Amino acid sequence: MHPDELNAIQAALAEAAGEAGDQGPDQMSILGRRNRRYEGHAKSTGRELYTDDLALPGMLHGKILRSPHPHAKILSIDTADAETMPGVHAVITGADMPVEFGIIPWTRDEHALAVRKVRYVGDAVAAVAARDEDTANRALAAIRVEYETLPALLEPRDSLDSSAVQIHEPKKEGRNGNVTKHVRLEFGPVDDEMDAADVVVEGEYYFHGTTHAPIEPHCAIALAGADGILTVWSSTQVPHYLQRELARVLGLDVARIRVIQPAVGGAFGGKSEPFDLEFCVAALSIRTGRPVKILYTREELFYSHRGRHPIEMWYRVGASKDGALRAVDARSLLDGGAYASFGLVTTYYSGQLLTAPYRLGSYRFESTRVYTNKPACGPKRGHGSVQPRFAFEISLDKLATELGIDPIELRRRNFMGTGETVNEFRVRSNGFLECLDAVEKASGWKEKYGRMPFGRGIGVAGSCYISGTNYPIYPNSMPQAAAQVQIERSGRVTVFHGASEIGQGSDSTMAAIAAEELGVPLGYVRVVSADTDLVPVDLGAYSSRETLMVGNATRSACLELAGKVRTAVAAVWDLPEDRIRLAHGWAREVSDVGVSDRTSDENGSAGSAGLRRIPIAEAFQLAEAAHGTLGAVGHYDTPKDVHGEYRGGTIGASPAYSFTAHVAEVEVDADTGFVDVKTIWVAHDCGKALNPMLVEGQMEGSAYMGFGEALMEHHAVKRGGPELGLHDAPSLLDYRIPTSRDCPEFVSLIVESNDPEGPYGAKEAGEGPLHPSLPAIANAIYDAVGVRMDRLPFTPDRVWRALRTSRPSPP
Amino acid sequence: MKQIVRLEVNGERHELAVPVHHTLLETLRYGLGLTGTKQGCDKGDCGACTVLLDEEAVLSCLLPVWEAEERSVRTVEGLGDPRDLHPLQEAFDLTGAAQCGFCTPGMLCSGVALLGSTPSPTRDQIVEALSGNLCRCTGYTKIIEAVEQAARTLRERGDVDAPR
Repeated sequence: MHPDELNAIQAALAEAAGEAGDQGPDQMSILGRRNRRYEGHAKSTGRELYTDDLALPGMLHGKILRSPHPHAKILSIDTADAETMPGVHAVITGADMPVEFGIIPWTRDEHALAVRKVRYVGDAVAAVAARDEDTANRALAAIRVEYETLPALLEPRDSLDSSAVQIHEPKKEGRNGNVTKHVRLEFGPVDDEMDAADVVVEGEYYFHGTTHAPIEPHCAIALAGADGILTVWSSTQVPHYLQRELARVLGLDVARIRVIQPAVGGAFGGKSEPFDLEFCVAALSIRTGRPVKILYTREELFYSHRGRHPIEMWYRVGASKDGALRAVDARSLLDGGAYASFGLVTTYYSGQLLTAPYRLGSYRFESTRVYTNKPACGPKRGHGSVQPRFAFEISLDKLATELGIDPIELRRRNFMGTGETVNEFRVRSNGFLECLDAVEKASGWKEKYGRMPFGRGIGVAGSCYISGTNYPIYPNSMPQAAAQVQIERSGRVTVFHGASEIGQGSDSTMAAIAAEELGVPLGYVRVVSADTDLVPVDLGAYSSRETLMVGNATRSACLELAGKVRTAVAAVWDLPEDRIRLAHGWAREVSDVGVSDRTSDENGSAGSAGLRRIPIAEAFQLAEAAHGTLGAVGHYDTPKDVHGEYRGGTIGASPAYSFTAHVAEVEVDADTGFVDVKTIWVAHDCGKALNPMLVEGQMEGSAYMGFGEALMEHHAVKRGGPELGLHDAPSLLDYRIPTSRDCPEFVSLIVESNDPEGPYGAKEAGEGPLHPSLPAIANAIYDAVGVRMDRLPFTPDRVWRALRTSRPSPP
Repeated sequence: MKQIVRLEVNGERHELAVPVHHTLLETLRYGLGLTGTKQGCDKGDCGACTVLLDEEAVLSCLLPVWEAEERSVRTVEGLGDPRDLHPLQEAFDLTGAAQCGFCTPGMLCSGVALLGSTPSPTRDQIVEALSGNLCRCTGYTKIIEAVEQAARTLRERGDVDAPR
């Protein structure tokens, strides 16, 4: 077929595919639509490849030996029997990788395999590579480790008080090494304002600890190549950080390490730092010269953890008679588990992210994170801010009750709008009022709140979250996100970007941005992502940063290329560049009033309205002829002038903040304490929904996860007896994540506030909508049966006990 | 120790030597290279390994491979022709029912089994049929929507009595 014919067919196909409908030069043709996912077809046909689906010739299987003790010294490790076992190729221990690592450069406190001591049941001690899994398991059983057990600290308060038992050595002499971070910040005269308040509510709250439980277990494969390059395939959401820490621990040049992230089967923050298995496969491959794979068992996931911190919280909130907040005073004790992980950030986030969407008046928080001999906690969806939001939104509900103000109205009265928060963060768009309006209307709030029979209730809560952070985890002034875009004469566009597709849709989003700007049908965009050899550096899928940051970077590269295409076409047609529009598979002439008519002629000559058009591939050919080979890079720099001018004031500063409101409706069985959540209405200000289908997916998934944490899930270890430190429920049967039968109906209501910093106005949608689920359900339970659930989770026994306490003789 | 097992998978007959203790899941993934079927927990809790055995949804991680001999196995790879997907696969794509996609093959098999036996399922029947398949991304909203949409498509096509 002649290329020109092909071009015309391509363009016609694009139109037929429904991407047509010219809406003038300012209208978007692809973004804002419910486009299919970029990799949707691969996922619905079982052809998507996850790390464990990959197998390399000669691949060995690795396994990790783990500590049976919560706290012990390692006296000796005897690997002789394991090493001589037929089919065993290598055995490694902590002595092989003695360099400490950690995601936060100031708090590196982990070893790939334990050195000298173990700090929780499940701490990695040794690893083997063998011809198959069964042989590897037999080899683990043959390794003899001699331990001297130490007293274990399971309660955060014990860690705080203990000087005799130190889980980590203190960094400075005389300090308690069990304290990993302490933060105290005060904004405004909190004590004076609290004294002057007309009403003060005070309470103790408890978040119990939950884990991510992605359906895909962590998996990694390493190949130490004959060319001296170490390649690691891993189910990670942070290829760049993994590459850096691998280099550090293995003593290799970063430039000789390649990290590839295949499809990831869910992460939620649980794959956002390096894990023992990634170092082990690398070291074992270097040792054996063969590819090595390790796949976590489901049980291992529960121990590797890094889930949401249990936090004991104390909140005091003061307000005027009219409901205006005057002072918020908070104290938190975070149970960090055995290692630092992201804990430094978590500790700050436990206070820093509370300061919108309400005007707090004055604010003080004091947060302390301690080590305990338990699986380490880290970032889980809504990192560090789900717990304080729970305490605060219940406090607001109590305030509303005391003042006799409708809880939605109380929130409206304290709306901060845009501008500076009490802790000096800059909010440039804020659709929270629209969120409140949306859930109020959709839920029938006015007819239901306080008006339903005993046992039925409705509750509201709001929240705020970041779209990435202005400052990266390791200090540097390079761009946080970048993309490379290449276009060529066939009409094909390739986006090379570093964002980690973990199910949230970053590949689809980048493809849609490229298609939008370059005027090609979505099917002509290829995406290459998350392979450190092929794409520019991106910091990874955490803090909800990808859409805003990588989106801006991709857009910037595409705009440069689109400019070149328009210039080339404009030169041929002898028109100014702004009269050329690229859309729907065509380069078109638009009239100078900005409205283009459809032409019937596909060959570029004037149509009925006298406006020309050519298939987009032909336009790319003109551009390639005029400018040479076509490629462009784009990057995104976060605002560096917007943060608090105090120690820690950069932590939590974000280019843009998202806002959410939930209303939850519940039915509580007073006889059994069972809480049946009927519906959660979720309104979320995502700035601009670049694909409403994907945004709804994030909203529903977030609300679901919060619902599970409120009612069903509990990540905990045994606190006494011979099984001290063992996980309570290390399986998906016993750690109860909601099934389709458990879930309420989720109703998604998208609000768009068009943030000036976001690409096309977009902000995050993946984490914010989780927060209000927990307090909205708690507040609904209060409306239903009049008991305050200040401690999570709301299991039937706890609700039943709360009911018994509040109403000694139930009707 | 290995033994020869005879299997019919996605309409194709296989004869292969497998370790005697292997499950159907291990045989599919390691023996036949059918990696579409996922392992999420290895003990029957998550449903990611769901396949169709004589058109009924079963957990392949709990099924000794010998129990599948002389019976028909269908995996996600065999649900539709590449050029003519099963309406449920198409519906997953259109509704955004797959996010990370790891539970998707199992969900599809449970959904196809339901639509085979119950061409016009109620919402409750859908919720029940999917209740053994855990999804951590979606809150199930769009998965349920996809099954409803596929049921409509099958009815409109008039082939509800002949599940594919």
